[in-house]
Amino acid sequence: MANQKLKKLTPVQQQYQKFAQAHEPARPLLRNLTMAFLVGGTICFIGQLIQMAFIRYFGFNERTAGNPTVAILICITAILTGLGVFDKIARIAGAGTAIPVTGFANSMVSAALDARSEGLVLGVASSMFKLAGSVVVSGVVAAFFIGLIRTLVAMGG
Amino acid sequence: MLQGHQSWVFPSRPAILSTAVIGGPFEAHGPLADDFDLLHGDLRLGQKSWEQSEKMLLDETCAKAIEKAGLTKDDMTFFLSGDLMNQIISSSFAARTLAVPYLGLFGACSTSMEGLALAALLVDKQCAKYALAATVSHNAAAEKQYRYPTEYGAQKPPTAQWTVTAGGAAIVTASDNQQDPLVVTSATIGRVVDMGLKDPFNMGAAMAPAAFDTIVSHFRDLEIPYDYYDLILTGDLAQIGHDILIDLFDQHRIEIPADRYSDAGLMIYGKHPDTWAGASGAGCSAAVAYGHIVRRLRSGDLQRVLIVATGALLSPTSYQQQESIPCIAHAVSIERTGGTKR
Amino acid sequence: MYRARGLHRTNGGNEALILLWAFVVGGLICVIGQFLMDVFKMTPANTVSLMVIAGAVLGGLNLYQPLVRFAGAGATVPITSFGNALVQGAIAEGQTHGLVGVITGIFELTSAGISAAIVFAFLAAVFFRPKG
Repeated sequence: MANQKLKKLTPVQQQYQKFAQAHEPARPLLRNLTMAFLVGGTICFIGQLIQMAFIRYFGFNERTAGNPTVAILICITAILTGLGVFDKIARIAGAGTAIPVTGFANSMVSAALDARSEGLVLGVASSMFKLAGSVVVSGVVAAFFIGLIRTLVAMGG
Repeated sequence: MLQGHQSWVFPSRPAILSTAVIGGPFEAHGPLADDFDLLHGDLRLGQKSWEQSEKMLLDETCAKAIEKAGLTKDDMTFFLSGDLMNQIISSSFAARTLAVPYLGLFGACSTSMEGLALAALLVDKQCAKYALAATVSHNAAAEKQYRYPTEYGAQKPPTAQWTVTAGGAAIVTASDNQQDPLVVTSATIGRVVDMGLKDPFNMGAAMAPAAFDTIVSHFRDLEIPYDYYDLILTGDLAQIGHDILIDLFDQHRIEIPADRYSDAGLMIYGKHPDTWAGASGAGCSAAVAYGHIVRRLRSGDLQRVLIVATGALLSPTSYQQQESIPCIAHAVSIERTGGTKR
Repeated sequence: MYRARGLHRTNGGNEALILLWAFVVGGLICVIGQFLMDVFKMTPANTVSLMVIAGAVLGGLNLYQPLVRFAGAGATVPITSFGNALVQGAIAEGQTHGLVGVITGIFELTSAGISAAIVFAFLAAVFFRPKG
């Protein structure tokens, strides 16, 4: 089928799509939003506790405690993913696990795990960023343009 | 023999000599568990990768079908097989194990009936003595290739389907010396139908029109009434596609009695919440047809069935390029000889 | 990956309060993500990318840092913080080294998170098998 820019649907197709849409069960929106709030909030709560522990017991200050906190959360995610538990939590939590850094870590660990059968270099190493790459690239490109604008403004003003 | 526009009838009545169905741990918890020849407790089947597990599953299924027929692999004339993996690699490796002349097929989840139709045609035309038609799917291998890594925490919508881990195989031969054989009486080869749907997490809605097209063509080509079959079984439309198909029948005033239509994707797991809308996968239609349905035919519970395996012919790349999902459905009718109940 | 800049705490150092806000703000950011996924039918990858960009934009407008001071981990743990940290790094280097600094400074504040993710993902693949 030719990939035209304006891929128009025939009337029959349009009619069928409306028909099919009517058969789609509604997503449990309220439940999903609630679980996302509770699980996401809990993960951030735990992160806050870890951060406070690093400040109090390990001599970090507020500026530097963020780094080991994130590293700990990533490590926990890696273990839970490896044990096959994370995806079960994520299924209920949805964005509650996907939006915190746990989601980023899970995307890398799960891709690495599956690719293990293809070897450590060609498999694990190459595939690790399969899902997470989009996040890194989006962030870096956005930061470049925003940083550029800010710097130009600062230079001009 | 060609009948009508796109159907074959088989006057020599090729028969299904034996079938084999092997499943994984999740299928063992389903309502049809007793209709499997073997159920594995380990999803990995003791192999190092998911792909190798799928290959092993197909190997075992073919070996079991041959064993149940009381034959050896050297007796097989042709091996027709396909699966969901890139380059249908599982089937190629199984063909290597069998060392039987091999015809690789790709029909996504419609492969089972594509294979059975061709096997029956070869036997009917005396082009094969024993034709082995098989297919397989593996949940983790399919997820890894088509969707997300198996341990990825993605929340799937209620229209999503669970890929079955199962292999199904059937050996077709001339019915001469068999007692009350199950005969393949006709087949309808489907056309690709694409209604512009793009969501790979709602394949049931994409495939329903293809199933409708093939079923209607079948009845039109063969000029038989809509209540001719005791059961019309679609492969993996699951809840969404099943409901849509029933509505399509109503819309077009095709009166297929409600208790005569069912879907394998709904039967294999029952109402399990983890499977969202139901089951899918090349092994789904094969496992239910070659296990549960064949048993009911042999016992006389069913006399005539039409199995309509449905497939969504998308690739991971086509989806990313915003293409819609072309779908297809192949239908094969199986009838019981040896006294009708009606 | 994310640094809480400035030693000024809006909550006046009340630990219970910042724990509460960490929970609430973190939860709300996740709710926004869930909304994007369920109502706008966005894929997880697109949703997370959009939120990173949102964090970058808010960081560029100097709106994310106050949120960090207020909600602590509720702002630094979500992936939006990644976008903010990238922008803060770019801006800081841009101030000292001009336009070249915009590129060279991007990863300065986020290297901990990326390194940790790579190392732990690798180790997990060595020690674990996927369960399906």
